[in-house]
Amino acid sequence: MAKTLTINGQHVSAEDDQTLLEAALDAGIKIPTLCRLEGLSEVGACRLCLVEIAGSAKLQPACVTKVVEGMEVQTDTERLRKYRLMILELLFAERNHICAVCVANGHCELQTLAQQHGMSHVRFSYLYPQADVDASHDRFVIDHNRCILCTRCVRVCDEIEGAHTWDVMGRGTNSRVITDLNEPWGDSQTCTSCGKCVQVCPTGALFEKGKSVAEMAKRREFLPYLTLMRQQPR
Amino acid sequence: MKVIKPPLPSEDKRWKIVDAKMRRLGYAGHALIETLHTVQESFGYLDKEALSFIARALRVPPSRVYGVATFYNFFSLKPQGVHTCVVCLGTACYVKGASQVLAAIELYSGIKSGETTSDKQLSLLTARCIGACAIGPAVVYDGIVAGHRTPDNAVEKLEGVIGDGA
Amino acid sequence: MVLEQLIAITEKEKKARKEICIRCCMAAGCMSSRGAEIKESIEKAVSEKGLQNRIEVRRVGCMGSCGQGPMVGIEPAGLLYQHVTPENAASIVEGLSGGSAEAELGDPKHPFFSRQKLIVCANSGRIDPERIEDSIEAGGYLTLQHVVSELQPSQVIDAVLKSGLRGRGGAGYPTGLKWGTVAKSPGTRKFVVCNGDEGDPGAFMDRSVLESDPHRVLEGMAIAGYAVGADQAFIYVRAEYPLAVSRLQTAIRQAKHHGLLGNGIFESTFNFNVELRIGAGAFVCGEETALMASIEGRRGQPHPRPPFPAESGLWGFPTLINNVETYANIVPIVKKGPDWFASLGTEKSKGTKVFSLTGKVRNNGLIEVPIGITIREIVEDLGGGAPDGAKVKAVQTGGPSGGCIPVEHFDTPVDYESLVGLGSIMGSGGMVVMDEHTNMVDVARFYMQFCMEESCGKCIPCRAGTVQMYELLTKIVERRGTRNDLEQLEELCDLVKHTSLCGLGQTAPNPVLSTLRYFRNEYLELLNKEVQESGSSGVQEQKT
Repeated sequence: MAKTLTINGQHVSAEDDQTLLEAALDAGIKIPTLCRLEGLSEVGACRLCLVEIAGSAKLQPACVTKVVEGMEVQTDTERLRKYRLMILELLFAERNHICAVCVANGHCELQTLAQQHGMSHVRFSYLYPQADVDASHDRFVIDHNRCILCTRCVRVCDEIEGAHTWDVMGRGTNSRVITDLNEPWGDSQTCTSCGKCVQVCPTGALFEKGKSVAEMAKRREFLPYLTLMRQQPR
Repeated sequence: MKVIKPPLPSEDKRWKIVDAKMRRLGYAGHALIETLHTVQESFGYLDKEALSFIARALRVPPSRVYGVATFYNFFSLKPQGVHTCVVCLGTACYVKGASQVLAAIELYSGIKSGETTSDKQLSLLTARCIGACAIGPAVVYDGIVAGHRTPDNAVEKLEGVIGDGA
Repeated sequence: MVLEQLIAITEKEKKARKEICIRCCMAAGCMSSRGAEIKESIEKAVSEKGLQNRIEVRRVGCMGSCGQGPMVGIEPAGLLYQHVTPENAASIVEGLSGGSAEAELGDPKHPFFSRQKLIVCANSGRIDPERIEDSIEAGGYLTLQHVVSELQPSQVIDAVLKSGLRGRGGAGYPTGLKWGTVAKSPGTRKFVVCNGDEGDPGAFMDRSVLESDPHRVLEGMAIAGYAVGADQAFIYVRAEYPLAVSRLQTAIRQAKHHGLLGNGIFESTFNFNVELRIGAGAFVCGEETALMASIEGRRGQPHPRPPFPAESGLWGFPTLINNVETYANIVPIVKKGPDWFASLGTEKSKGTKVFSLTGKVRNNGLIEVPIGITIREIVEDLGGGAPDGAKVKAVQTGGPSGGCIPVEHFDTPVDYESLVGLGSIMGSGGMVVMDEHTNMVDVARFYMQFCMEESCGKCIPCRAGTVQMYELLTKIVERRGTRNDLEQLEELCDLVKHTSLCGLGQTAPNPVLSTLRYFRNEYLELLNKEVQESGSSGVQEQKT
C-alpha cells in the first residue's frame, strides 16, 4: 500500500517499506549522504541525511527512517544546513585532506559536498594525525589521510564480495580501517583483489595504483547490478 | 557440512583452557569476546598467533577479530609487565586528587600510563572507574585495590609491591 | 525444587542461627581495606574464646557507609563498628563477652542510615551473598514460586506497570510498558538482558547490589523472563568488577543446582537459563544496542533506533533490557504489591533510588532513598556536607551524560523530570559532590576527555566533535582560550547533542552545557584577556 507524505511542502507518494531517503530520491529531492550507498546496508553513521520531522523533537536519519502516512518532512532547513556544514568541517579537520594533491580531486564526494555547502574555510583546528599510506597491494593503495571511516569498503567486502577482508580497529578518532589482522594489504590472505572497495570509497582513501592527481574516478554501476542479479532466481 | 577444527597452536596446556571455553559456547562467533578474555587471562596478552587461531576456530574473519580486540580497553596486544599498577581516574577519585597520584607514580616509575618499564617489571595503567569511589583515590596493585591514596603513600605501596616480586 | 523444599531450607537456616551475629562487610570497598583479614581475626577470637555456639561470624555485602569502612555490625545489639582493622577486630569479640572493644563505634542512628529507605538494598549487609540458603531464608525465590505457579504473565506485567517503576539505568522509561512491548512482539525466541555495565565514573550502585545480593537480581530477571516469554537471559557485567562477577557466577551455579534456574522451574513448563557475559572496558556498551552488539561478540557500536531491542534485539529477536537496579526492584513489587511501591516517591517517579554518594562529602557511600528527597537532604543530612569546613558548590549527577547542579538548586526534589529541568539527569545514580576548591571548567574537561576516549567512532559528530570540544576546553583551562573559542564550544555542544547517533554522543555535551549554565563566570575568568579580541583561535586557511 502506498503512503503519502510531504517533503519540503511537496506531496510525495512512497512505497510501504521505503525509507525517507528513497522516497525523497524518487521525488527528485536530494538529501546529502556519505556513508550510505545504494546496494549496501545502511549504518546511519555520517548524520548528513538528518531531517526534521514535524512532531518529532529529534532529528532523524533519512537513510534508516521508514516513511509513515502523513509525515511532514523538512530536508533543507537553515538549521540542517548549518549542522551539515559543521559535520563536513569536522571531517576536514580530522584527517589530512589536501584536495589539490589528491588522486580523487574532482571525483570526491566529500569535496563535492563541501562545495555544495559553501565551505569556504574550516573553523576547527586541524588535528594533523599521523596517518599511513599502505601501497603493499599490487594494484591498489590505501591512504588513511583521506579516510572518513564511512565503512563502505568494510560493507562491500563483507556483504557483496563475501570476503570480509576489511574491518575497523581501535575506536573513536583513533579508528582505522584494516585488512585482516592489521597486516599490509598486499599480504592479505582473504583479499580477492576484486577492487570493489576502491570503487565504493567516496574519497581518495582507496585508489588504483598508477593514478595521479585528479585521475581517480570511481565506477559504481556494478553495485546495483550485482544487487539486482542476486535477487533473481536462477 | 563438517567443520574442520584448526589444531591448537602449540602443546602449551593453556590452549586447552581456551579450547574448552570455545567448546562450551559451541564455537559460535558470539563467543569471540569471551574467548579473548580467556586468552588474555591465560597468556596475559593477545598475540597474532592467538588472534589468528581464534579467528579460524570460531570462523570469524581475522579483521573482525582484530577490530574487536582493539575496540575494548581490557585487551592488550602487548605483553604486560610482571606487576601492574592501575590508577583509577573515575570522577570521585579525580576530584579527590587522582591525577596527582598518577603524576607521582609516573615520576617514580619513569613511564607514562599505558606503558611498561624497559625491565618488564611494571605496567602502568589507568581505569575509567573501578567502583571504589567511596575510598578514592583508589589504585589497584596486582589486582588488589588500595583506597585513600595520596601521591606519597601510593608510591610507597608501589615500591613494596615491586620489591616483593623481585 | 518445590515450595516445600524452599520452606524446609528456610526452617533449617532459622534453626541454625545463633544468639549473636557478627556481620563483616566483604564488598569490594571494605575488602580493599583488609576486610577478609578482619573476618579471619574475628573468627579466630570467637573460637579462642569458645563462643562458636553463641556467635556466628557472617560474610555480608555492602552496609552503605563505605567511606568509613571496613564495617563490622553486631546483631541483635544493633552496634556498628567502623574503620576496623585486623589488629583491633578481635577486641569486638572482647566487647561481646564482658570486655571492652577498642574498635571505633559508628552511629547507626545517624541520618546517613535513618533517612534511608531500603528496598533494593534490604538484604545488603545482612545476608551472605555467597550462600543461596541465606537468600532463601530472607524470602528469596518465594516470589518466583508464586509467580510461576499462581500468576499469568499479563498479571505480572500489570503489576509492574501499576507500580510506576521506571528504568533505573538512567532514562527512566516505564518498565511495565517495556515489558508489555516485548511480551507482545512476535518472535520465535525472546531474550532477557541485564545491563550491569555500570560505566559512569563515580557510580557503584550495581556493583554493590551484585556483590551483596545477587539472587535478588537473578530472581527479578526470572520473573521478567516469565512475564515476557523469554527462556534465555544474559547478564552483562564489567570486567572491572571481579568480585561482582565471581559472586554472580557462584549465585548462578547455586540457583541452577537448586533448580531455581534451568528447565521446568518449580515443576512448571517455565525454562530460564542465565549466562554471564563479561564486558571488556567500553563505556559505550552501557548503551543498549551497543551492549547487544557486544553480547553477540562484536565491536560495541550502537545502531540507530528504531528498531528498538523490544522488537528486534539480540540476533534480531525481541529482547528485554533492564538495568541491575530495575530487576532488583521486581521481587518487592510483586511481593508487596504495586500499590505499596507506588505510595513511595513522587507523582511521576515511584519508589526509591540507590545513589553512590562520593566526592567532597564527609560520609561517602551507598544510599537508598525515597525518590523526591531533596539534594540538600542527601548532601547535607546524609552526606554531612563537605569535609574540612569547605563549602559545597555543586553536585554532579548522571556521570558523563549528566550535569552539575549548583548549591542554589539543592532544594529541588530528586526525580527524573526535575533533574532534567536543571540540565542534568537522574542517570544510574552517581552523585559526586564538588566543593569550592573544585574548578568546574576542569570538571567539564574531565568528562569531555572521557567521552572523547570512549566514543566508539561510528558517527562523525561524536567522534570528531568531542575531540574538538576537548581541545577547546583544554585551551580554556590553560588560559589560552578566547571568546571565539567559547562560542565555538557552544556551537559544537549544540551540534553533537542534536546530531549524534546514540545516547553517549547526544549527552556528551551535558557536563559542558550545565557548567556553562551555572558557572559561566569560571569560564569567563579563564579566558585570555590579551588575545580576546584578536580572534587568534582562528580562522585557518582553507586547504580544500
